[in-house]
Amino acid sequence: MGFIDEWKKRNESRIKETKFTLSLFRHSLLSMIGLGLIIFIILVALFAPYLAKEHPTYVRLLNPEGKYVTEERWDIHFGDKLLPPSREHYFGTDDYGHDIFSMIVYGARLSIKIGLLVVISATIIGVILGAIAGYFGGYLDEFIMRITDIFLSIPGLILAMAFAAALGRSIEHVMYALIIVWWPTYTRLIRGQILKTREETYVEAARSLGTPDSKIIFKHILPNTFAPVFVQMTMDLGNVVLNAAGLSFIGLGANPGTAEWGLMISMGRVYIFQAWWYVFFPGLAIVLFVLGFNLLGDGLRDVLDPKLRR
Amino acid sequence: MKLRDYIIRRLILLIPILLGVTLLTFTVSHIIPADVARVFAGGEKANPETIARIRAEMHLDDPLYKQYYYYLNDLIHGNLGKSYSENRPVVDAIKQYFPATAELTVLAMLLAIPIGIITGIISAVRRNQWIDHVTRLIAITGVSIPIFWLALMLQIAFAYKYPILPLDSRLGIDVMAPKHITGLYIFDSLVTGNFAALKSSIYHLILPAFTLGYASLGIILRITRSSMLEIVRSDYIRTARAKGLKERTVIYKHALRNALIPTLTVSGLIFAGLLGGAVLTETIFNWPGMGRFAVNAVNNLDFSSVMGFTVIMAIIMVTANLIVDILYSVLDPRIRLGE
Repeated sequence: MGFIDEWKKRNESRIKETKFTLSLFRHSLLSMIGLGLIIFIILVALFAPYLAKEHPTYVRLLNPEGKYVTEERWDIHFGDKLLPPSREHYFGTDDYGHDIFSMIVYGARLSIKIGLLVVISATIIGVILGAIAGYFGGYLDEFIMRITDIFLSIPGLILAMAFAAALGRSIEHVMYALIIVWWPTYTRLIRGQILKTREETYVEAARSLGTPDSKIIFKHILPNTFAPVFVQMTMDLGNVVLNAAGLSFIGLGANPGTAEWGLMISMGRVYIFQAWWYVFFPGLAIVLFVLGFNLLGDGLRDVLDPKLRR
Repeated sequence: MKLRDYIIRRLILLIPILLGVTLLTFTVSHIIPADVARVFAGGEKANPETIARIRAEMHLDDPLYKQYYYYLNDLIHGNLGKSYSENRPVVDAIKQYFPATAELTVLAMLLAIPIGIITGIISAVRRNQWIDHVTRLIAITGVSIPIFWLALMLQIAFAYKYPILPLDSRLGIDVMAPKHITGLYIFDSLVTGNFAALKSSIYHLILPAFTLGYASLGIILRITRSSMLEIVRSDYIRTARAKGLKERTVIYKHALRNALIPTLTVSGLIFAGLLGGAVLTETIFNWPGMGRFAVNAVNNLDFSSVMGFTVIMAIIMVTANLIVDILYSVLDPRIRLGE
């Protein structure tokens, strides 16, 4: 008991600050809506097998490059094609007779996977390069930043399009292309934060005590750059999924027959005047997903930014 | 530093960036697994002689550094290569498609910038009141909505269910295109007095321009709101209020000028980005612009077109960046050029 009390006493100001942040966050309606949407989507993804009426089968295929890949396949029921929403099929069926509701539910898993993989990879690259550039400065900094300039001088979707097209159609390639597009943003953000923190007194103190560079970077600098990076990551989880859907839509992402939201809209486009549900529901799923992360990110920024919070 | 010297220095700094971009695009176009020459020669059954001719024409048998040299050499002479999907120089294709994109972009920005700024100010001034929540929700929806989905929904609503607007393309099929002067249909038809074409082209612009504008509006609104919120907390605004100035004067005369600087940057970059082709919007509205050209090229594995397009895009972006930076120093004298 005494231990906990002592910890509480020692961190009194920090606990107070956290409580204040949390209360600010709870009082922001839009942030709470965002958080609610995200929790809802995660639950849907987790319980997909229980919610869906139909299930994909996974087959191992040899792709043109000679590698085995696992692909998702949905059984075809041409008899049920393009049925409107009903009690049987909540969101109707597509041109192969697949239950759109089930595909959207499984699509949540894929979207979360794409978002997390791309954002985390980009952040790792950004942290490493940004830390090197910001902390050591000099030629290394100049070199890394000029490379990010090159990547940032081409609009993201176009750069991703070029890479995904060159690599060939597959959802993995879309993820690589998006990582290539996103790492410069994080490198810049983290470098900027580090430049700001590097001159703080506590870092100088650590340095004068002879603390090794790596320890200063990882223990003293990076934790203090956390807030803006976290806000950026939250928003990008949505943005990445939005861009992946766009690439799938123009035919660069998942192969036909995969439960990917952008691809479903692209397939349904041919039938928009016959079967509005085919494009409507997958799009709605994307909107809710991206909106959730954007609302949360916006709310977090308002709460975590010391300039805006009070 | 003088403005002229600054511009010259910036232009010199652009050279390594553009070189980097060409190296990047060159690398991308050489990681394609498909045999491009075979694709252009007509696929599996292609005549081996044709394939050999195309390989020689594209320098595919030379070592990579030589290929890069040829590529750069062509580029410096304004030759972006040959578009195999359109069977003409990439430069010609871009020249033809650019005005359509420019017309669409300008209209979208004319919608997005004023509305974005005004709603952004209102949202900041009435922070945390219901009007702030509503405008923020509209803004966040604008950046969260897949633009291609919005476009399709608008088509369902206004071209099918209530058919008051055309579905796609730039002009009705029964209307003669105006005489080519600039390629901007509104301008050309006004100058030549072709009012049928004017009406038709305006009708055709509404849906795509709204689609593009809505997405940009969200970004502009958000940036205006947050910079406004930051400015109204600053000391000089407190001073202005303490002097007893009217709130209206404080906001519109003192705060706005500074708050608009980030808005300017963002608007400039969005504008440049759209100028390079609103890839998805143009695809859906079958708009004969740069974006649709790029998507067609991608789908046909026509990499010289994709690369040509990317390089042009990069040039537009870096130029826009430079212009924005110059405007910056005009608006805010504290920003000294070249530092």
